Amino acid sequence: MSELDDFRTETRAWLEANCPPECRGPADEGAAIWGGRNAVFKTPAHRLWLDRMAARGWTAPEWPTEYGGGGLSREQAKVLASELRRIQAQPALNSFGVWMLGPALLQFGTEEQKQRFLPEIVRGEIRWCQGYSEPGAGSDLASIQTRAEDRGDHWIVNGQKIWTSYADKADWIFCLVRTDPQAPKHLGISFVLFDMATPGVTTRPITLISGKSPFCETFFDDVRVEKANLVGALNRGWDVAKHLLAHERTMIGAMGEVGAGRPVGQVAADHIGLDETGRLDDPMLRARIAELEIDAAAFRLAMERVGDQVKASQAHPAIASMLKYYGSELNKRRHELLMAAGGHEALEWEGERSRDGVMARDWLRTKANSIEGGTSEVQLNIIAKHLLQLPGA
Amino acid sequence: MPLILTEEQTMLQQAADGFLNEQAPIAHLRQLRDDRDPEGVSRDLWRAFGDMGFAGVLIPEAHGGMGLGAVEAGVIAESLGRALTPSPFFGTAVLAARTLAAGSEDQRAEWLPRMAAGQAIVSLALDEGAKHRPDRIATTAERAGNGFTLKGAKAMVLDGHVADALIVAARTDEGTTLFLVDPKAAGVMVERTVMVDAHNAARVMLADVAVDADAVVGPVGGGDAVLEGVLTLGRACAASSLVGAGDQAFRITLDYLRTRQQFGKLIGEFQALQHRAAHLFSEIEIARAAALAALQAVDAGRDDAPMAASVAKAKAGRTAELAVQEGVQMHGGVGMTDEFDIGLFMKRVRVLNETLGDAGFHTERLARAQGF
Repeated sequence: MSELDDFRTETRAWLEANCPPECRGPADEGAAIWGGRNAVFKTPAHRLWLDRMAARGWTAPEWPTEYGGGGLSREQAKVLASELRRIQAQPALNSFGVWMLGPALLQFGTEEQKQRFLPEIVRGEIRWCQGYSEPGAGSDLASIQTRAEDRGDHWIVNGQKIWTSYADKADWIFCLVRTDPQAPKHLGISFVLFDMATPGVTTRPITLISGKSPFCETFFDDVRVEKANLVGALNRGWDVAKHLLAHERTMIGAMGEVGAGRPVGQVAADHIGLDETGRLDDPMLRARIAELEIDAAAFRLAMERVGDQVKASQAHPAIASMLKYYGSELNKRRHELLMAAGGHEALEWEGERSRDGVMARDWLRTKANSIEGGTSEVQLNIIAKHLLQLPGA
Repeated sequence: MPLILTEEQTMLQQAADGFLNEQAPIAHLRQLRDDRDPEGVSRDLWRAFGDMGFAGVLIPEAHGGMGLGAVEAGVIAESLGRALTPSPFFGTAVLAARTLAAGSEDQRAEWLPRMAAGQAIVSLALDEGAKHRPDRIATTAERAGNGFTLKGAKAMVLDGHVADALIVAARTDEGTTLFLVDPKAAGVMVERTVMVDAHNAARVMLADVAVDADAVVGPVGGGDAVLEGVLTLGRACAASSLVGAGDQAFRITLDYLRTRQQFGKLIGEFQALQHRAAHLFSEIEIARAAALAALQAVDAGRDDAPMAASVAKAKAGRTAELAVQEGVQMHGGVGMTDEFDIGLFMKRVRVLNETLGDAGFHTERLARAQGF
């Protein structure tokens, strides 16, 4: 126990000395650090924060040090996370590489692939995007049609992806392609990596109901992909895809809870005010918010518990579907309540006072949470089949 | 501390489940109920709890107990929730044992070894009205001679009808004070109340009951501080029982979905039911995490333990309520029959939900703590 206490003391001191003041407190979207070749930093302090954290491997705290990670134990990583929360540190790196591709490479990648790709992910040098969904393959993801034709030492890829998050800003893509059109649909898919700067790759942002364009259509027109960039076995990409989806689902489930900001009740108090007994001056809304916060507090513990179960090899692989389902529904509920808390003031769409309508736009963005990464209904199907073994599921 | 049971705790869980399965399955509850047992609870079983070490789980080894912590008590509470067992465990081994830890050496020496052995039943007489309101105690204790005179009425005194001693919370000039009271003392009237789940509580009338000064448990006026710890522990254990009851109701229902046929199909094949079952599974896993976290917070002596217990009690309460409602509905007509067990779970969950504050009570506490 005392070793962990020492780690906490050291971590706290290091964070105090190294987390710049500009990188503490609620982060607006413009301040988020995503890294990549064309990285944008709101201030020089944000660049410094990324570099300092990356140097310790703390952008991927639990990855092995040989690949640039922090090499922390699960317990140490929890301490680091709680110390980061304590000073309200903004994330030093938001990264699909850290959240999704890295864990898949650690599991399925060759030594060469790990050496090549993981350290640059930790340092935030390469920004990744995910080529999964297609216009005809949404919930039924395994029916993807993007083709990869064998040309000896490389493939030629043709097809279209959709809902590719930040494809227009990404440097590389991890992508599902069909390498055997004759095989049953789950058994003809391969998982490949390629540079978005490769000739034949184009992207087109999609404007969403939030007025923003985090997602793109991505087109592949005779794109050359080296065979060295196949992850896992040929035609067994579905295994890699599922493994990665579990991480993606855990990540989406956590969206509302990691750095959720101030409690909804306090936001509501700012807008609506308290009555003479110190309660929110809207008793019906107050009760709904309090119920949400009970669920949210319990859900955070469930996420922690699942993480502990994974470490102890006690977790069922499908449990990520539970976190994804519950966390995304919770986040939608949270933002419905935040809108009610803001009332008229949350309706503003433009201008400085509302920071360009951040409440309304965030609210609308959350509606995708229960669709992206597999809909809530798909998650419930997975739970019914794999965790409950219900017949015919 | 990882949010999973240690190896020892898992072994305790298996021991408790195994013991109850053998000695006190749901048939035990039915028998006590159907025989209209005069006590509604088995003294033999309570002594067996002593032999197994369950009754003394929280009592120090020096007083004949196991000297274990809240997580271990919660593990046993969860097993009792699964088996629906009527037992003085919650009232005596959890609430009274933790309260008496604040008592004098004489009080502890007199009661704790017998409690640990499953020979004594001690009940906490705290609540008074229809709801759990520990900050609104009306029972009074006035100084008289060498001691105090107690006046008031208590309700929902768990197993109070068979208690060898009562611990009564009363108002004194200095604040809330706790008293050890002999239920046979002059002026004490105990009325057994058989509850909807066939478990028992009592109403206790205190008509000018005289007690000595050495009957005070903890400091005079210090009752609220003692109760804070007792209630936190009790709520976390009640949450565990709710998780146990809710989870078992869910398991029974899943079995039914896998065997009942309609329209030429197993009803578990219908997506309308699959999705509801999957949702319920999620709620139960989340409630389980909250309950374990609260128990660990109690053991670690953390400042946030009271709020963790409130989160756990509120979450487990609502979740178990959903589990039994879905359970009865998915069973259809047979879910309404006394023959099927699912209805017994609905009754037990109703009682556990009112025990030490319902979900509304604890949700209100969270809102207060978060400043709205």
